[in-house]
Amino acid sequence: MIPAAFEYHRPQGLPEALHLLTEHGDGARALAGGHSLIPVMKLRMSAISHLVDLQDIADLRGITVGSTIRIGAMTTQAELINHAGLATAAPILREAALQIADPQVRNLGTVGGNVANGDPANDMPGLMQCLDATFTLAGPKGSREVRARDFYESAYVTARAEDELLVAISFAAPAGGYAYEKQKRKIGDYATAAAAVQLQASGGRVTQASIAMTNLSDTPVYSAAAGAALVRTACDQSAIKAAVAAMLGDINPVADNRGPVDFKRHVAGIILGRAITRAFSRT
Amino acid sequence: MKKLHLEMTVNGKPVDVLAEPRALLIHVLREDLGLTGPHIGCETSHCGACTIDLNGKSVKSCTMFAAQANGATITTIEGIAGPDGMHVLQSSFREHHGLQCGYCTPGMITRAYRLLQENPNPTEEEVRFGMAGNLCRCTGYQNIVKAILHAANEMQSKEAAE
Repeated sequence: MIPAAFEYHRPQGLPEALHLLTEHGDGARALAGGHSLIPVMKLRMSAISHLVDLQDIADLRGITVGSTIRIGAMTTQAELINHAGLATAAPILREAALQIADPQVRNLGTVGGNVANGDPANDMPGLMQCLDATFTLAGPKGSREVRARDFYESAYVTARAEDELLVAISFAAPAGGYAYEKQKRKIGDYATAAAAVQLQASGGRVTQASIAMTNLSDTPVYSAAAGAALVRTACDQSAIKAAVAAMLGDINPVADNRGPVDFKRHVAGIILGRAITRAFSRT
Repeated sequence: MKKLHLEMTVNGKPVDVLAEPRALLIHVLREDLGLTGPHIGCETSHCGACTIDLNGKSVKSCTMFAAQANGATITTIEGIAGPDGMHVLQSSFREHHGLQCGYCTPGMITRAYRLLQENPNPTEEEVRFGMAGNLCRCTGYQNIVKAILHAANEMQSKEAAE
C-alpha cells in the first residue's frame, strides 16, 4: 500500500503554510497527525500532489487554560490527555480522548485533524458541539471564527475553505457534571453511538444541559431539544426518557457494518441515558 | 519525484537516507536501513506490529511518512537489548510464553518498553489499556500481560537494588 507520488513540504510558520496551500490549490493538503489522511492516500482515494506537513508550526500548538480554554490545532490526543490543567478545567476532553483509538494513534492523532476532517465518526466534533466551541480558521485573507455548531455541513464537508487552516479551538471552561459515553465494537473502533453531556444542577434540579451525539448522522448532532428536556427536572427516569426521545428526533443514522438503523437508535438511547446519569452524578 | 535527504538517529546511531516523499517510515526502516524487526502486519494502523519509539513516544511506523521523521530519534526492537544481552522484557516474554508465532512480538516489546517508562508499576488493567494498540492472534494476551507485569516487577526491584 504505497501512496501515489507527491511533493513534501514542511513549512516553519503559518504564513508559509497558507502560501503553499494557496499556491498549489486543489492538489495541496495539510498533514496533521496523518491517521485519517495517510490511510486514504495509501488507498489512492485522494489525489494529492503537495503535502504540507504542519508539525513544525509553533502557532498551531499549545494549550491555554483560563475562563476560556484554547487548544492549538496540532495538539495530539496524548498531549490533551496528559495536560493536568485541562483535566481539571474540562475533564470531558480527557474522558473522550481516552476513548479514541489506541495509545500509538493518540501519540500522533491531533485534535485539530479530528475536528477539521469532517468525519462524522470522529469523537471531537460531537464533543465540540456540546461545549459550544469556536474554531479559529486562518486563510490568505486573514483569520475568522466559526462556531462548531455551524461548522459541519455534511460528511467531510465543512465551513473551512480549501485554502484555510484550522488554527485553534476555544470554548468557555465548562461547569458542572460531564460525561462522554461511547459504545464501540472493540478498542480502536469508531463509535456505534456516543454522547457528550455537560450539565449543571442546583438544589437537585438541572439548570442547564448541553447534549451532542457522535456518528448518528452525516454530521455531529447537537440536540438542543434533548438538553431542554432535562432543564428544571430532577434528572429522574422520566426526564431521561424525555431527553432520549428528543435526541432520537434529531439523529439520522444509516445502516452499516456497525448495525441496522433500529439497533443504532436503540444504542444511542442507552448511551445517552448512561451519559446523563453519570454527568448528573458528577454535579 | 525528487528524493529527500533525511537524517535521523536510529538505535543510537546517526543515519542518512534518501527516500521518496511517499515512502512510509516502516519501509525505509526495513528496506533502506535493514531493520526488519518492526513488522508490517495490517499496514492500516490497527495491529501495532510496526510499533517503534519515535522521540520517546510509541507510534505506528506504517502510518507515517519517513519524511515526517526527519530529525527524529528512533528506537526499534533492534535497539532494545543492552550490551549484556536481552532486555528484561525480552527474557520475560520468553519465560512467560508471551509469544507463539512471534510476528507481533517486536511491536509488543517496543510498545511495552515505552509503557513501562511512562508507568513503571502498572496494574493489569493499565497494561491491557496501554497495550490496546497491539494485536496478537495467537496468545489470547494472557501471557503477554503476565510477561509485562513480571518485567515491570523485575525492573522495579533492580532499580531498588541499585
